Amino acid sequence: MSAAGPSRWLRFILRRLLQAVPTLFVIAVLNFGIIQLAPGDAADVLAGEAGGATPEYMAQLRQRFGLDQPKYVQLLVYVKNVLSFDLGYSFRNGMPVRDLILQRLGPTLLLMGTTIVLSIGLGVLLGLAAAAWVNTWRDNVVSVFSLLSYATPLFWVGLMLIMVFSLRLGWFPTSGMEAIAEFHEGWDRVVDIAHHLVLPATTLSLFYMALYTRLMRAAMLEQWGMDYVTTARAKGLTERGIAFRHVLRNAVLPVVTMAGVQVGALLGGSVVVETVFGWPGMGLLAFQSLFARDVNLLLGIFFISACLVVLVNLLVDLIYFALDPRIEVR
Amino acid sequence: MREFWRRFSRNRAALVGLAIFAAALATAVFGPLYYPDGPFKLVDKPFLPPGGEYLFGTDMLGRDVAAGIAYGARTSLMIGFASTALAIVGGAFVGGIAGYYGRWVDEGLMRWTEIFQTIPFFIFAILLVAVLAPSVGSVVFAIAVVSWPPMTRLVRGEFMSMRNREFVEACIGMGMSDRRVIFVHILPNCLSSVIVTGSLMVATAILTESSLSFLGLSDPNLMSWGFMVGAGREFLQRAPWLSAIPGVAILLTVLAINLVGEGLNDALNPRLRHL
Repeated sequence: MSAAGPSRWLRFILRRLLQAVPTLFVIAVLNFGIIQLAPGDAADVLAGEAGGATPEYMAQLRQRFGLDQPKYVQLLVYVKNVLSFDLGYSFRNGMPVRDLILQRLGPTLLLMGTTIVLSIGLGVLLGLAAAAWVNTWRDNVVSVFSLLSYATPLFWVGLMLIMVFSLRLGWFPTSGMEAIAEFHEGWDRVVDIAHHLVLPATTLSLFYMALYTRLMRAAMLEQWGMDYVTTARAKGLTERGIAFRHVLRNAVLPVVTMAGVQVGALLGGSVVVETVFGWPGMGLLAFQSLFARDVNLLLGIFFISACLVVLVNLLVDLIYFALDPRIEVR
Repeated sequence: MREFWRRFSRNRAALVGLAIFAAALATAVFGPLYYPDGPFKLVDKPFLPPGGEYLFGTDMLGRDVAAGIAYGARTSLMIGFASTALAIVGGAFVGGIAGYYGRWVDEGLMRWTEIFQTIPFFIFAILLVAVLAPSVGSVVFAIAVVSWPPMTRLVRGEFMSMRNREFVEACIGMGMSDRRVIFVHILPNCLSSVIVTGSLMVATAILTESSLSFLGLSDPNLMSWGFMVGAGREFLQRAPWLSAIPGVAILLTVLAINLVGEGLNDALNPRLRHL
């Protein structure tokens, strides 16, 4: 940890959050544009739900939702609402969009967190191993494995894992996050959820693990050629000491950067994985909203996902500073 | 050209990739001719296992899975290449302008690109296809919209490094229009890196398309591999081949394109060779 005082870190966090506002603003405007692309407006949707409505009632509805206002006023109102996390109402579910999403946030965060830890951990280890055994058969095995993981569609990996480990071997449950009917409590519940988590987390991790493995291998090989390694050798350090004390620390930086870049993609991947495994998170909610043609809910999920990306990127930067004291927190 | 081929063929993995890709391309072009009745035709009893009368068996409605694979190859490759072409044109345009003019133009465009890079891109693609209604056009458009930023950054970087080279200064000194300098003189010099990145983008686009169609967001009139996996999902116990076979097709195609892309990278940019 650098010598920066707590107020300095706080200032950094605040500034980064302020910088995120334009991004979120653009996304809100994009959302509004997408609503305009969709056929029909909210009044049409409501009338459709009710099975038809008189023109007078439609006009009344439009007035209530402000749909009779000029477009730019509608845009401003919409953006203001979204930026204050008022994401509208999901008529299909009879609930505000925000509450619906908040219910589903926990499972998604659990899946994401596990995946990030798993993929970085294993990716770094495999990358290290491949770099240590560079150009031997072990290195080739790791390379082939990561090439394959890189090219396999997530949903297919998930289905094949279900086929082998759930249907054939019966080791893991096929879907869901916990066996609700069994009313597990306390530690039993944790174990139960972990048991359900194994297959989805493995599926989602595979691709990113491949990515980090390749990155880590390249970074290790690059760092080995650096002058500081020669210096360390001249000091009489063991190869193992150099690898773990000095090279590893530098080589891990690009992996951490990449992990931050990949958060958005990870959320996209979780839509597919949650759909395959019936994992009750935001991704499954997105899939369900597709079927229900609930565009408003889908827009809300998109916006909240973007907020998550911003937050995780901030977290990644903080980790980065902790790892690399040369970078100053400003 | 001969020099290029010599360097490309030194990479054995790339040659394997090229062979698989050629097979996929041949399936896409000639496969449908072999199944003139289309992939939706009911040919026999449902759930016939592979290896019998039908190479890959029949699905839950009694459609020939092999016919689906053949038509799916056409869909996947077409959407992969079309969306990448669109993303390259858009990305190269924005990146070229940003890199050539620099300063505030660059600042503004790059800010915009960065915002697009933070967006959870797959969810954005889902949103676009869902709102525009699933069709070839909307899928191609959605994939292009979410995949142009890396191309923009690449072209911008190339332009920035070339902006102050003598040949560009000479062109400007001769009084050439900006448009001519950009399109006729700088852009062709970026071609090799654009081709390498573009080939990898095709692979990603095919994966994205398969995920979209797995979720049910594909053109209802076209057979697609992702759709086949999704449809077979309910019958994993009874007829595992329905999901397994199209998945292998996606895997092989994407793998082949990735291998070819890396081979191209080694052959075209020997300086930038990855470790």
